Amino acid sequence: MAAVESLPPGTPSAMRNAFGTVLSALILVLIGVLAFSIRLFSVIKYESVIHEFDPYFNYRVTQFLSKNGIYEFWNWFDDRTWYPLGRVIGGTVYPGLTLTAGTIWWVLNAINIPLSVETVCVFTAPVFSAFASWATYLLTKEVKGSGAGLAAAALLAMVPSYISRSVAGSYDNEAVAIFALIFTFYLYIKTLNTGSLFYATLNAIAYFYMVCSWGGYTFIINLIPMHVLLCIVTGRYSPRLYIAYAPLVVLGTLLAALVPVVGFNAVLTSEHFASFLVFIIIHVVALVYYIKGILTPKMFKVAVTLVVSIGLVVCLIVVAVLVALVASSPTGGWSGRSLSLLDPTYASKYIPIIASVSEHQPPTWPSYFMDINVLAFLVPAGIIACFSPLSDASSFVVLYIVMSVYFSGVMVRLMLVLAPAACIMSGIALSQAFDVFTGSIKYQLSSKSKDDAEDNTSTKNAPKDDASSGKADKGEEVAKERLSKKGKKKEREPAEKPSVKSKIVKKKALVLPLEASIVALLLLIMLGAFYVIHCVWAAAEAYSAPSIVLTSQSHDGLHVFDDFRESYAWLSHNTDVDDKVASWWDYGYQTTAMANRTVIVDNNTWNNTHIATVGTAMSSPEKAAWEIFNSLDVKYVLVVFGGVIGYPSDDINKFLWMVRIGGGEFPHIKEADYLRDGQYRIDSEATPTMLNCLMYKLCYYRFVETDGKGYDRVRRTEIGKKHFKLTHFEEVFTSHHWMVRIYKLKPQKNRIRGRVKKLKQKTTSGVSSKSVKKNPWM
Amino acid sequence: MVKSTSKDAQDLFRSLHSAYSATPTNLKIIDLYVVFAVFTALIQVAYMALVGSFPFNSFLSGVLSCVGTAVLAVCLRIQVNKENKEFKHKTVVTNLRGIVAMFVIAV
Repeated sequence: MAAVESLPPGTPSAMRNAFGTVLSALILVLIGVLAFSIRLFSVIKYESVIHEFDPYFNYRVTQFLSKNGIYEFWNWFDDRTWYPLGRVIGGTVYPGLTLTAGTIWWVLNAINIPLSVETVCVFTAPVFSAFASWATYLLTKEVKGSGAGLAAAALLAMVPSYISRSVAGSYDNEAVAIFALIFTFYLYIKTLNTGSLFYATLNAIAYFYMVCSWGGYTFIINLIPMHVLLCIVTGRYSPRLYIAYAPLVVLGTLLAALVPVVGFNAVLTSEHFASFLVFIIIHVVALVYYIKGILTPKMFKVAVTLVVSIGLVVCLIVVAVLVALVASSPTGGWSGRSLSLLDPTYASKYIPIIASVSEHQPPTWPSYFMDINVLAFLVPAGIIACFSPLSDASSFVVLYIVMSVYFSGVMVRLMLVLAPAACIMSGIALSQAFDVFTGSIKYQLSSKSKDDAEDNTSTKNAPKDDASSGKADKGEEVAKERLSKKGKKKEREPAEKPSVKSKIVKKKALVLPLEASIVALLLLIMLGAFYVIHCVWAAAEAYSAPSIVLTSQSHDGLHVFDDFRESYAWLSHNTDVDDKVASWWDYGYQTTAMANRTVIVDNNTWNNTHIATVGTAMSSPEKAAWEIFNSLDVKYVLVVFGGVIGYPSDDINKFLWMVRIGGGEFPHIKEADYLRDGQYRIDSEATPTMLNCLMYKLCYYRFVETDGKGYDRVRRTEIGKKHFKLTHFEEVFTSHHWMVRIYKLKPQKNRIRGRVKKLKQKTTSGVSSKSVKKNPWM
Repeated sequence: MVKSTSKDAQDLFRSLHSAYSATPTNLKIIDLYVVFAVFTALIQVAYMALVGSFPFNSFLSGVLSCVGTAVLAVCLRIQVNKENKEFKHKTVVTNLRGIVAMFVIAV
């Protein structure tokens, strides 16, 4: 946007300017408050508690940070997870979120506001979502003006897909990372628009913050080079582009290499190659433009032929070397997660763990409507609005939304990256639409009054050239109901008297009839109202569940199922500090954070073989499972079972994944053994392997005592094997609604019956069992 | 054919040389600095090729900081260049502040 001209104070335009600024500031404050408060439903409905699984890990890390300081945190080796391997926390965690919350906690405590770490962690996400909506305002203001900015900020404050990952209590990386993402993009666009090195520096620092916060920073470092390439290809190269891009790449790579998680990956992995390639390309283009500037055209042609002939040979050599380097690594240098983004079928073929996470599945069509609602209609209008006129900034936003739509189609978790783009586009569309309608209304009204007076009067309020003007008073009435603001600053340019008549003629052609404009305005406002209603509903009903506490409404009131915390508390009070607990990896973080016990596998899922070991143990018969767990020094086994109350995310429903992952490493576990005719069943038709495996036994031990028939409410059948005894495990705890069941490994017997006979058998019939795949655990 | 191309090449270099000598002195100083920085980076790359890349951190930081100051100097040149129409309103003070800030960070 052009710089603000200095006006003499006291003129009507300057007054309107000042009024507009104050009003925008007030609206922004209200938007921030809205963003904060709409995320508080879970605190109101349940309590101020940390949700889900991953946030518990972040909470534990923040606790450690606040207790021990940053140097301990940087060098922390955690021996309470992934027993017996341990985990280097300092080098494998994205520190941005924990450092942010830790800093906030420290600052607040330093000024004597004694908030606990948990409170700070719970409320970090809403606070940063307020910041994110302000960053959206700034970004959209750079693209289209403050009217669009306010609209986009209001939309982002409420968009359900962002709410889903940033409610109060969802203390996860995205809470901070989305703010960093939008802010980095804003600074990039600002640098592109102004060409100032100051903003380029800030851009690099904001990018550093983004790298600290989230693995999704690779989106930035690939989107910006793509945009630079687009600008070059469409002939929009300018020195500002160079200033915006080149320092970012160099400083950004330097800073990214500082973060321990990224380290040398910043220069070695394929995710970053695009930035280096475009870095080289932009230097070549800059050189070409420079030489073109100082040479005559004839000489330039000679230079081109010379360079092309030599340069082509050099290029081919370099490209061949690069290709050889890249092809030598099995995945071409990409990490597993990035590769599964580019090729959605990759994960299901090669890495079942990535495929099994529900957040990594492609989204369904209804989820688009649920998550961005009305914006899905406004985005195409916004894209069109960005093309008239097309500037560097608007081409960037168009590229952003196209890329994010593609990636959100691959993985439902990335709908979160689509949300800011959709809000920006919709804000632009809404603001332009409002401009057209209010301009039409104003023009129609003023032209009616003019017809009464005289044809040739040129009022101070003569409409401008195109339909993009907005009047203060008309805009105010609308703005009181909608939060968008008109481009007040456009009023500053005085209408030129001589050409007013031609302008009026031109304007007449673009103006819509009065009734149509009013009706359209009302419809747009209703659209906004529907959006607001949907967002509030989604925030209150769909996305506020902490998933560690469950509730259900029944005829006799509200039931609260607090089984998880009950069992973790039992674990922490009734077992030794050094006891190891084995469970499926979903519950690892919660167990270490709340029960404070060492676990075998947790949500980080960095070691597939270790997880496969646990999966194999869960799928084996009792004795084999006992052997496996005993070799890992496990004392307690924890399973989650939902059959009594109908909780569908229990371990029996996840069991096939355990089989698949275990079978991926240990071939004696075959998925077909657990399926009857390709169907997964646990009733009387289930296969004997299924009925004898540890997971079945641990879940359904004594289950028949609950209702006499053993009716599983989730699978909706009676179970197959009802009466059985456990030989190698003993039950030590079952929670109130049977959701969590904890078993202890029985110590080995002093004397094992039948051992002598077995040895004799083995020596006589040793040859026959060679053809069967050997179970490495026996 | 070859003779004409070589004559063209000579003409090209001569015109390049004459055009470049016409640039003002302060810009030439900046250009010299850029060449120096890139040269230092190349020396470091050659050293790494000879001696091996351990420790990689120091190699990375050395090369990237050299390239970084080169890039920033180019940006300064772009902004200070009077022929560049887009930056007429920028004063030297703003640029110096910016570039000093960046040098501090880049190091």
